[in-house]
Amino acid sequence: MLEINKLNAQVEDKQILHDLSLNIKAGEVHAIMGPNGSGKSTLGNVLTGRDGYEVLSGDITFNGKNLLDMGIEERAREGMFLAFQYPVEIPGVSNMEFLKAAVDARRKHQGLEELSSFDFMKLARDTSKNVSLDPSFLKRGVNEGFSGGEKKRNEIMQMMLLEPSLCILDETDSGLDIDALQVVASGVNAMRNSERSFIVVTHYQRLLDFIVPDYVHVLAGGKIVKSGDKELARELEAKGYGWLEGEVA
Amino acid sequence: MSEQVSGNAQVEDLMRKDYAAGFHSAIESDTLPPGLDEDTVRFISAQKEEPEWMLEWRLKAYRAWREMAEPTWAHVHYPEIDFSSISYYSSPKSMKNRPKSLDEVDPELIATYEKLGIPLHEQAALAGVAVDAVFDSVSVVTTFREKLYEAGVIFCPISEAVHKHPELVKKYLGSVVPQKDNFYAALNSAVFSDGSFVYIPKGVRCPMELSTYFRINELNTGQFERTLIIAEEGSHVSYLEGCTAPMRDENQLHAAVVELVALDDATIKYSTVQNWYPGDKNGKGGIYNFVTKRGIAHKNARISWTQVETGSAVTWKYPSCILKGDNSVGEFYSVALTNNFQQADTGTKMIHLGKNTSSTIIAKGISAGRSNSSYRGLVRMNPGAEGARNFTQCDSLLIGDQCGAHTFPYIENRNSSAVIEHEATTSKVSDDQMFLCQQRGLDAEKAVSMIVNGFCREVFKELPMEFAVEAGKLLEVSLEGSVG
Repeated sequence: MLEINKLNAQVEDKQILHDLSLNIKAGEVHAIMGPNGSGKSTLGNVLTGRDGYEVLSGDITFNGKNLLDMGIEERAREGMFLAFQYPVEIPGVSNMEFLKAAVDARRKHQGLEELSSFDFMKLARDTSKNVSLDPSFLKRGVNEGFSGGEKKRNEIMQMMLLEPSLCILDETDSGLDIDALQVVASGVNAMRNSERSFIVVTHYQRLLDFIVPDYVHVLAGGKIVKSGDKELARELEAKGYGWLEGEVA
Repeated sequence: MSEQVSGNAQVEDLMRKDYAAGFHSAIESDTLPPGLDEDTVRFISAQKEEPEWMLEWRLKAYRAWREMAEPTWAHVHYPEIDFSSISYYSSPKSMKNRPKSLDEVDPELIATYEKLGIPLHEQAALAGVAVDAVFDSVSVVTTFREKLYEAGVIFCPISEAVHKHPELVKKYLGSVVPQKDNFYAALNSAVFSDGSFVYIPKGVRCPMELSTYFRINELNTGQFERTLIIAEEGSHVSYLEGCTAPMRDENQLHAAVVELVALDDATIKYSTVQNWYPGDKNGKGGIYNFVTKRGIAHKNARISWTQVETGSAVTWKYPSCILKGDNSVGEFYSVALTNNFQQADTGTKMIHLGKNTSSTIIAKGISAGRSNSSYRGLVRMNPGAEGARNFTQCDSLLIGDQCGAHTFPYIENRNSSAVIEHEATTSKVSDDQMFLCQQRGLDAEKAVSMIVNGFCREVFKELPMEFAVEAGKLLEVSLEGSVG
């Protein structure tokens, strides 16, 4: 699914990721944890091709293709999805219009026909209920005036509609109360299957009680300093990140 | 990495699309040699076989214009215009004996409008829209006239109205925009060539949208059209104008006047999609668009201006409402988009005279490239405007970091019971918004046009349906080459 080999990347002339390697197979859920400034969010931004995130060396293969040859929207259409930590507002553009354009772009890429407006509307309404968003949110501007929790649920709704093969959740738990967290987690869990992989970036172990990962990696100083299973997350919760600092080169 | 082109560069690429209406049609024409004096005015009047009173009216305007100076207060810069180097009249040759029906119109002319997507054949015309086509200085065809006539609606070239409805023209021409109103209005009054005339009788709801498409074709020719719309008591009309011109290296002058008269309880909705040639990406050529538009609203009447301005090198335009009658309503909804080296100074004037009058101003300015867009608006509450209200909202959207957006609101309140609200915002198409759209699979072009269309939504919803779609597409094309 995704093979990252010795990735070095920088932001504004400052190198953030150092020789990072990671191999994710179809159907796996990988949690990336680490202290602030460790490069967790940078990884998601580099993978999705965001402007300003420059790859210095290394290579990334996504579904057998060279990811670094693809533009932002091409990666998205190939099935890579980033759920944002701080989803931005697009005033005046209705959620429905935005989602339909996104779904149409992905379907076109897959050689499928565009959904009719009627079919899409039905699909979107059903999906909104799965993340406990009232269908009236579909008519509102993208994230316009949404609360923090509503924005995150809107992200998960987009993920469900786009049916990506790799979902990257960038600190989706930040700023969520426990109820919203459960809605988000059950949305993610409903999407887990043998084909779809997840990278769950989080600072806290709490989210991983609800989305149970197959692997946990600790990122520090721009490299993976420790990998393990879900027990590693509990250990981190108990001990903090300090005890790993010695392992940072 | 090569794929990591910056957002700015992507948007700049997008903004480089060509002006689609920029072709020139090879139509033989009679064009007056450049220059303006009393003889020019007499010549134009004679061409139209006008009655003496009309000639006198023009001459009065010309004499006033000679004494006036070009206004310089607008936030626009352009080389001084040599008014003696412009030709003030051009007519397609085939129009010498005005065609009686569409079959007699030069096929090349019809082809020109078809290229612009404006079918003049009635059976092919947009459902329920009557069209008046003005080519250079002359109205070439007006569709659906018979159907309108049945409803008592008059929709014809103003040159024809001068002959057929002199009492109406005499009474209302210059009643809202007097000959001496301003430099360009005076010039227009002296040399206006043609334009549309609309009369809606008492209590009649015009059965279809009326529209006029203006086209400048000839080189070095100014276009000076004059539009007069009269809505009698309790009547209702919706009118749309569209405008295009060929791509030329020289600047061309367009100085139009539009007058609206909404009598008691009448409604006039006037929508404009202005797409004059804006000049090339280096700022060469383009139309100078100096337009005076004003309406007067009597008791309980409503005048609504909606404009989508994407064309012209320089725009100077303030569609205004004089709210004379008690309870009258004025509205101004505007989208002005400038790209490359375009300059726009546009806005409105809401003059509240009557009691409980109300006005709404929603102005959206979008600046891209190295362009400058200014909103200039006046809200005046006269002493008699008891209980009057105004709400103004000016939003500017910047694309890239080399453009400018400016707001010049003027508020004059002489009535303590009046309520005036003004809101203004300035924002950018942010990299974060672009990234969100692209991460969801939209290409940069689609992303920009979606964000800009969202910004304009409040104005687009005021346009008649089919034109709202057209306006959205026009924005998409006009934006090519500019986000960041």
